[in-house]
Amino acid sequence: MLRLFFSPDFVIAILRATTPILFATLAAGVAAKAGICNMALEGIMLFSALFGVIFSHITGSWLAALVLTCVCGGIIGLILAFFILNLKTDEILAAIAINLTATGGTVLLLLAFSGDRGSSTFSTVSAPAFGGVNIMTVLALLMVAVMHLFLYKTPLGLQIRSVGENKNAAESVGVKSIRTQYIALILSGVLCACGGYFLSGGYMNSFTKNMQSGRGFIALAASEMGANTPIGGFAVAMLFGIAQAVGNQLQLTSIPVELIQMIPYATTLIGLAVFSYIVRKRKEKLAKG
Amino acid sequence: MSEQYVLQMQNIMKIYGNGVVANEDVSLTLKKGEIHSLLGENGAGKSTLMKVLFGIETPDSGKIILNGEETTIKSPMDAISKGIGMVHQHFMLVPSLTVAENIILGVEPKNGLFIDMKKAVDEARRIAEQYNFDIDVTAKVEEIPVGVKQKVEILKALYRGADILILDEPTAVLTPQETDELFVQLEKLRADGHTIIFISHKLDEIKRICNRATIMRNGRSMGTYEVSEISTDDMSKLMVGREVVLTFDKKPPVLKEVMLSVRDLTVHNAQGVLKVDKLSFDLKGGEILGIAGVEGNGQSELINTLTAINKSYSGDIFIKGADIRQDTVKGVRDRKMGHIPEDRMTSGCAGNLSIRENMFSNQYTDPAYSGKFLLKTKVLAQRAAELVKEYLVKCKNPEQNVGMLSGGNIQKVIVAREFSIGPDIIIANQPTRGIDVGAAEFIRRRLLEYRDAGCAVILVSADLNEVFSLSDRLAVMYKGKFSGLFTDVGSVTEEQLGQYMLGLRHDDELGGAVYER
Repeated sequence: MLRLFFSPDFVIAILRATTPILFATLAAGVAAKAGICNMALEGIMLFSALFGVIFSHITGSWLAALVLTCVCGGIIGLILAFFILNLKTDEILAAIAINLTATGGTVLLLLAFSGDRGSSTFSTVSAPAFGGVNIMTVLALLMVAVMHLFLYKTPLGLQIRSVGENKNAAESVGVKSIRTQYIALILSGVLCACGGYFLSGGYMNSFTKNMQSGRGFIALAASEMGANTPIGGFAVAMLFGIAQAVGNQLQLTSIPVELIQMIPYATTLIGLAVFSYIVRKRKEKLAKG
Repeated sequence: MSEQYVLQMQNIMKIYGNGVVANEDVSLTLKKGEIHSLLGENGAGKSTLMKVLFGIETPDSGKIILNGEETTIKSPMDAISKGIGMVHQHFMLVPSLTVAENIILGVEPKNGLFIDMKKAVDEARRIAEQYNFDIDVTAKVEEIPVGVKQKVEILKALYRGADILILDEPTAVLTPQETDELFVQLEKLRADGHTIIFISHKLDEIKRICNRATIMRNGRSMGTYEVSEISTDDMSKLMVGREVVLTFDKKPPVLKEVMLSVRDLTVHNAQGVLKVDKLSFDLKGGEILGIAGVEGNGQSELINTLTAINKSYSGDIFIKGADIRQDTVKGVRDRKMGHIPEDRMTSGCAGNLSIRENMFSNQYTDPAYSGKFLLKTKVLAQRAAELVKEYLVKCKNPEQNVGMLSGGNIQKVIVAREFSIGPDIIIANQPTRGIDVGAAEFIRRRLLEYRDAGCAVILVSADLNEVFSLSDRLAVMYKGKFSGLFTDVGSVTEEQLGQYMLGLRHDDELGGAVYER
């Protein structure tokens, strides 16, 4: 069994499992930096997974499908922003509404489109892979660097971070906080859509209902544990990717499948506990020094 | 004639939607290169006038003439582009960013898509040097002291090309030494031709640094005066329309039995930092023990422990001889302790509840006010009306929400509540912070009345004038200890006190903290 974990295939498996979580983690991070907890990641991911297969079936092109899915993800981010920023809905409630809409809505759309309630049976074109590494994985890794540069080196990134931390301060020097938060949430939606797209167009080659299975929430935890920075989030997302990949491998063994399926979530829980312990210790140390 | 003025605000009228006349026919003229004080009680209309100038509020009528040309200021950004900068009382800084990043935020120098960070740092440094501000621009704002944060705010305004600087109560958060530093800086800015509007309650500071003063009362201007030609007595007279007595005619204290004894009290905060360090003192009925000190030297922790809000401490606290270790907050209050908390909005009152409800939140279980199951609303309403009258709370009626009142009136409601239980011990933590002169004087007089009636009072205050004039004994807290304790308050000077506050001096042997039994 150990051989399973020390093969190049397993590294690729980790990267595959990390990719959707990583996209969503980056999405959670940019929203959090703007001061919004984007709990709708779960729903955006699920919608995007469905849109991905539908668009690829219609266009016959993985790239066109990806772009269109990203546009839809951005639109959902925009809708979320409209509810939170203009209508002053509670951000958690707005997110729950989107998540519930996604759970029911994807099944309805799937039924209307293909007559099936559980999974997509029509032909799709998945994102290509090179040497077992999917292009979406490469894109995800690339986005870590891009998001880091964006948040820490560009004027807009600085403004997003200022708005998230002290809205009044940002506004007092003419930063348009609502506009900035809109941009952050749209960006968050687009990033998350990439993750959702990969789920049904690379990780799997079809859509199954509720296939995001908690990845959006795990990503929220991962981002938080990585201090909402792209690089920190990447490190933690990798950890969850490993947990997921280990879980997937262990399904081939005789260990009860229910126990194995628990691994990513248990990792999240333990991770959060360790994280808050470390934060507390660091604060105490800072206070003493 | 008008050329000598950089700014003229003429006959400004501002009536808020709820019918409150905030500014009525107010005029303000600024000469180039002066420090101009805007003086007035809370609610006198200073803030509204400045909001009009800074483009936050639109005036209903009146003219603004800037550099000889009539203009309208539509927004803060508009104000900034016209050379008006504002340093708010609550800093508008982003803690996790560096000083340089805060300075350039919103007007970032660019290098292609990216911020030109090198240029940003250089420019921040250049502007700091130009105005003699000794600041490390690469330090994170969360790591620098308050006085430096304020400098960053001033630099932010200067970086945006401010000729006219509005400083809203800039010294409220500073130590005396930091204030001195600020004043040197302001004088330098004045010499460079900048014009400064200095909002303050502190008459001595205005005397020290301002050229002219415009005094406001009840939304009207009471005139503009050359500071050198008007006495502080006259200024306070114009502000409140009557003599503000800054020194009280205090009777000598008549000491009663010991009400509160503290022995070797040690308190650590949640992060494990030592905040109160083996403190011992006694407090007798009939005296006021003043505690001065720079904020954060353990005053809050001491008060929270004495009032049983914080339960983790070592050492002993006795109220009238009884150990309070097992007491809850209510238990301590039942021993006839009144507590005016430091922050009236977060722990002093419930803003969305009425004056009446707030006035009895510490005594509604009293059989006088509560039956077996229901509150005696009629009795409460009647008693609330009495207290509103007695404590001169300005309100429509006792059913009005406390949060709608001005700071001074909220504080009066809290004082009425704490004093109406007939306390033996009063713990007053910053009882007059940020409230108007009239309300502050009223509260101070009440404290003296209760002291004369035999009540033991602890007064923690950042207002040196207040601790000087009220205290019978005066302690200075520094790093969790009393660095000094004076039994003859009249002989202490502000300079001496400042040295004790900043830890430059401390007495190892304290005389008079503990009474011999």
